[in-house]
Amino acid sequence: MFKILHKSFNVGTATADYPSIAPRLAEQFRGCPEFDFEAWSDARPASEACPTGTIALRDSNGIRQVTVDYGRCIFCGECESATADGAVRMTRSFELAATDRRDLILKAEYALHPNGTHATLKASASGPVAEEPGKRIAEAIRNLLGRSLAIREVDAGSCNGCEQEIVALNNPIHDIERFGIHFVASPRHADMLLVTGPVTRNMELALRKTYAATPDPKVVVAVGACGISGGIFGANYASLGGVDTVIPVDVYIPGCPPRPEALLHGILLALGQLRQSSGSLSKLGNLPLINKT
Amino acid sequence: MTTFFDELHDRFPDLVRSVDEPVSDQVVVLLNGPDVGEITQYFIAEHQARIVSVFAEDRVSAEGVFYNYYVFDRPGEPSWVILKVPIPERNPSFPSLAAELPAVNWQEREIQDWFGLEAVGHPNPRRVALHDNWPDVHPLRKDFPLETALPAFEGEQHVYRPTYGEGVFQIPVGPVHAGIIEPGHFNFAVAGEPILYLQLRMFYTHKGTEKLFENLPIHRAVFLAESISGDSAFSHGAAFCQAVERAAEIEVPQRARFMRTVLLELERIANHIADVGAISTDVGFAIANAHAGRVRELVLGLGETLTGSRVLRGMVAIGGVRRDWNTGQVVAIEKMLWVVEREFRDLVAIIQSSDSTRDRLEHTGILRPDKALTLGIVGVAGRASGIDRDIRRDHPYEAYGQLSFKVPVYQEGDVRHRMLVRIDEVTESLQLIRAAVALLPEGPHRAPIQPIPPDCCALSAVEGWRGEILHWVRTGEGNRIERCKIKDPSINNWPAIVEAVEGNIIADFPVINKSFNMSYSGTDR
Repeated sequence: MFKILHKSFNVGTATADYPSIAPRLAEQFRGCPEFDFEAWSDARPASEACPTGTIALRDSNGIRQVTVDYGRCIFCGECESATADGAVRMTRSFELAATDRRDLILKAEYALHPNGTHATLKASASGPVAEEPGKRIAEAIRNLLGRSLAIREVDAGSCNGCEQEIVALNNPIHDIERFGIHFVASPRHADMLLVTGPVTRNMELALRKTYAATPDPKVVVAVGACGISGGIFGANYASLGGVDTVIPVDVYIPGCPPRPEALLHGILLALGQLRQSSGSLSKLGNLPLINKT
Repeated sequence: MTTFFDELHDRFPDLVRSVDEPVSDQVVVLLNGPDVGEITQYFIAEHQARIVSVFAEDRVSAEGVFYNYYVFDRPGEPSWVILKVPIPERNPSFPSLAAELPAVNWQEREIQDWFGLEAVGHPNPRRVALHDNWPDVHPLRKDFPLETALPAFEGEQHVYRPTYGEGVFQIPVGPVHAGIIEPGHFNFAVAGEPILYLQLRMFYTHKGTEKLFENLPIHRAVFLAESISGDSAFSHGAAFCQAVERAAEIEVPQRARFMRTVLLELERIANHIADVGAISTDVGFAIANAHAGRVRELVLGLGETLTGSRVLRGMVAIGGVRRDWNTGQVVAIEKMLWVVEREFRDLVAIIQSSDSTRDRLEHTGILRPDKALTLGIVGVAGRASGIDRDIRRDHPYEAYGQLSFKVPVYQEGDVRHRMLVRIDEVTESLQLIRAAVALLPEGPHRAPIQPIPPDCCALSAVEGWRGEILHWVRTGEGNRIERCKIKDPSINNWPAIVEAVEGNIIADFPVINKSFNMSYSGTDR
């Protein structure tokens, strides 16, 4: 007993101060890639190198449409290495969670040269907007959930990479309980389902039942590239793809796996969402909060 | 080696068609027919061989046959023996070995489900990889398209054997569990508290991974390998790259081999620390888990410094590693190891100071050595039950041949000793990393990338933190993969848990399960 107390005393407070203070990231940390659409002269090498289809091209009638889907990205950096003109650059951004799946998708249109390169940017759509979770959280939890948010984690078919980082939310460094958030053992006790994917054929029924067993109001957070879009697995005979092919999703957290701070950012964003779409508690009874059109 | 060849020819003149050594540590014995019973008995009796894996390949369109591959490991011999057995399309069946060799039970049934080759005489031929409500399909046959949209499933997902008796009842658990773990279904038959019988159903996370490899460009396939089991991303990635490198005879630079070794050991340390903490918390000793979580973060932080990813993704590549290390990164290893070592020592001391923890772990979930041997248990779980095997020592890869280390082995086979194996291995891994860093050669970190010739086959084995990971590849046209067989150690070890829980109280199941810590995704793929 003395040993335990002595150690705890020596270690002191281990908990990080995210989100009020930015996390200490290694210099080498890879966040999401950034695209300079103006300068980009050829998207083909990056598209060819990308293992998950994040960067997709469609050529027709002398026009090249480039789609970048952060909901598929695994932050591997292959697009940067493949692009000679420096138009694709890895950044240190990881707070990418979005309430609308479309917010994770960028589009650009180019006039196509005969040799396959493209130069003139014709149109582009703006990228993911990192939303500020910030201070409304505490208020949201207090008002709606009696100072606590209960999360039920559901692995709907993941490789267990996301689970590793979700487990890390409970360690003393990330300590999610400091926000009054805790993981519960049953969906019946949960306000939020934190779902990793891709959703397999064999987990489809279990996911539907878990969703049905979670009392309203509830929010669903899809975690990781596979949870958002099926990721590297996509849709096939055994996989249905992203979580929103099976149940409505309120917040999407990109990453492979999303680091614990990225998870926190998304969970806190979802809480804001919960408040945002509430007028009164009675109205909340009629959720699910579906953002998709 | 030649005597081995000659002996095989002499003993089985009608069965053995040819013996070949296409890759330096792999002997491929092509047989005339599918009956491997006798030759298997001979390997086991005369060479003390162990059956490592059984898997199939659809070569019907290319060669008009299916092949079954039986991989054997002989003690003291660095080379693997692979029996290659043709199975004609018109008679898609093979004699089962499962009755004599329980170690191949699940793997033979996997072949039945995925290839539609019947394991004749299997003592329990029910489905394992496809659930009971799947239609009659065989996804790994080449004529089954990856994108096939199967109709809605009907009927029971699983049919369990009933358990009868006064006061005996069954408890279904899962696939969505109480903790943050992967999905699987456990059906316990209990009489009061003690568990009489456990039935498992896995493959909830089956996502077509082996099928996805087929036709995938090799440079993309590396990332798929990293997603076979997320907690072993680097080990599976390295196993896949090694298989391709061997098949295509790509020489990996020395520097890259040492860098890979460092990262393989770092992955082991991170996961073992997590397990030590999780085992403690499953018996109510939460403070140990808090410290373990804290120490693990240090290791993950070092991983981020070394690879750009906390879980070591996006680093391993065909021919080496994607990014070199500068002096600062190498110094960071030295510095961090020192802190991790000190903190881990304190963590172990805290756990060992708790008598109540020891009381819960000792004699809990015992897997006897004879059972472990019969079931073909590998890795940490095997070494805690007397099985002295470690791929790093027995089939050295990367830089392990140039480093020395101890392989901890215990005979007790309980939860406590599975934890002790992990504790010992963390200490060994710390020394291994130090030694590898001290010897880290200068030079390139990646071999120049060249087109990979088609139809080259090779096996590769890596001792992941959990145990023996096997990848077998056949390369295809246009720098693609034709077939990739993945064997995660979990598929070997699930049957062990059925043995280990018997007679234990159901409240101890979580800690017993955690002490094995199988990867559901690695099993299900």
